[in-house]
Amino acid sequence: MTRGRTVVFQMINSHDILETINMIDHENLDVRTITMGISLLDCIDDNIDKACEKLYDKICRYAENLVKTGEDISKEYGIPIIHKRIAVTPIAMLAAACPTMSPVKFAKALDRAADKVGVNFVGGYSALVHKGFGPGDYALIESIPEALASTEKVCSSVNIGSTKAGINMDAVEKMGKVIRRCAELTADRDCIGAAKLVVFCNAPEDNPFMAGAFHGAGEPDCVINVGVSGPGVVRAALAKAGDCNITEVADIVKKTAFKITRTGQLVAKEASKRLSVPFGIVDLSLAPTPAIGDSVAYILEEMGLEQCGAHGTTACLALLNDAVKKGGVMASSHVGGLSGAFIPVTEDAGMIEAARSKALSLTKLEAMTAVCSVGLDMIAIPGDTSADIISGIIADEAAIGMVNSKTTAVRLIPAIGKKAGEELNFGGLLGNGPIMDINPKSPAKFISRGGRIPAPMQSLKN
Amino acid sequence: MNAVITVLGKDTVGILAKVSTECAEVGVNILEVTQSVLQGMFAMIMFVDITGCTVPFSRLVDSLTEKGEEMGCRIHVMHEDIFNAMHKI
Repeated sequence: MTRGRTVVFQMINSHDILETINMIDHENLDVRTITMGISLLDCIDDNIDKACEKLYDKICRYAENLVKTGEDISKEYGIPIIHKRIAVTPIAMLAAACPTMSPVKFAKALDRAADKVGVNFVGGYSALVHKGFGPGDYALIESIPEALASTEKVCSSVNIGSTKAGINMDAVEKMGKVIRRCAELTADRDCIGAAKLVVFCNAPEDNPFMAGAFHGAGEPDCVINVGVSGPGVVRAALAKAGDCNITEVADIVKKTAFKITRTGQLVAKEASKRLSVPFGIVDLSLAPTPAIGDSVAYILEEMGLEQCGAHGTTACLALLNDAVKKGGVMASSHVGGLSGAFIPVTEDAGMIEAARSKALSLTKLEAMTAVCSVGLDMIAIPGDTSADIISGIIADEAAIGMVNSKTTAVRLIPAIGKKAGEELNFGGLLGNGPIMDINPKSPAKFISRGGRIPAPMQSLKN
Repeated sequence: MNAVITVLGKDTVGILAKVSTECAEVGVNILEVTQSVLQGMFAMIMFVDITGCTVPFSRLVDSLTEKGEEMGCRIHVMHEDIFNAMHKI
């Protein structure tokens, strides 16, 4: 026994050790994802088959050890690492070099590469069109429904607005149709195509979470980003605290978020070292899963709401989102991605219950997106919802993001052949949930005007 | 490299002996042991040095986890850094 080591050990006390183990065993603490960002700019070729070959080879080479490294780290530190994933350069940039060919070939090459390296999703079948369409963008957007219907692991995103650029209403109109088409082509599989497509305003270029992950043009050749999670841990900490005032609630969330994020930082640094890839960011997120006890809605209810969606929900979520960031930011050397609380309806047991009982409505969810990190996420809507209405929802959500200088996103699943009150079931992490009511009044004329909503005053910061 | 072995569950005869035998067989040096009843359950925490471990760390984790199942308790073997990261600034 060496004296030095004994001193080090004495600094970790039994209570801390047992707390960590309890978080992992009973409160669903995990690192949600290690996402490797890979630039495909050097795979651009005017021959699409050659480009696909280069893309496949590069992903397989760079991510060869990603899954095994994640599993090794998970075992060594005893912390579950749920997903190992890949984000790539927006494929529209590759499609720009071969605009006459269907970009679906790229999606199939991505799917094959994901299979080969063993990741469960690859993100980046994406286009950034917030100010207008460049070569490749239009072809890519048109091909999204077919690409998502004919692949398993490919995720797609389109950025249609930003605080700096305003909102591209031509793209908004287009995406309403694309979302519907994605659902129609996968109607036999609970419309899962639409669940793999996100429409963004202010999309972050280093987001490790699917379906919206892509590797931005300003990123290095390869990078490791990590997304943390842990709604169950936050809820349990609040439950233990009992009756305390709301300032104390915020402090508890901060302290818990700090601990959760430190595990993410440790995993990120370790993965970066073992894979010899630079560490990018830790995304400080509370990402729920459909598992009981892993719900963001339950945290809000623990704060004192009868059910998520009640009046007061927006205020509770604002506090939660802010405290998660404040606690997490000191725990990580680089913070990025979406960072905040996620509210995907079908992926959160408490949200599913609230939507079923109609305590939670689409309008309340829209208000909540003004104060949390994402947007209208994983919401099933009636199958007969018109493309114009979907575009209207996208425009509203993008406006919230644009004006508040934050990311907002729309991931809606039109449940083809089904009505409000019925259910969709994707299985696995994407979960299940009721089809929610929408306002059936038409925004068709507004949507058909096209053009661009000018960037707001908030964009003029220089 | 240092690790923390925790044994949680029902107190039975010979837990410490079995875990320490397992450690000795693969060259894991036990530095400190604390044993108590915390939060209503038996908890043993063992601080070990695994620098001289003769098998890969993942195999040590597997064999001790298995041993725990045999004894009706949960055994975790985790690198000390996870605790340092979470509880120290």
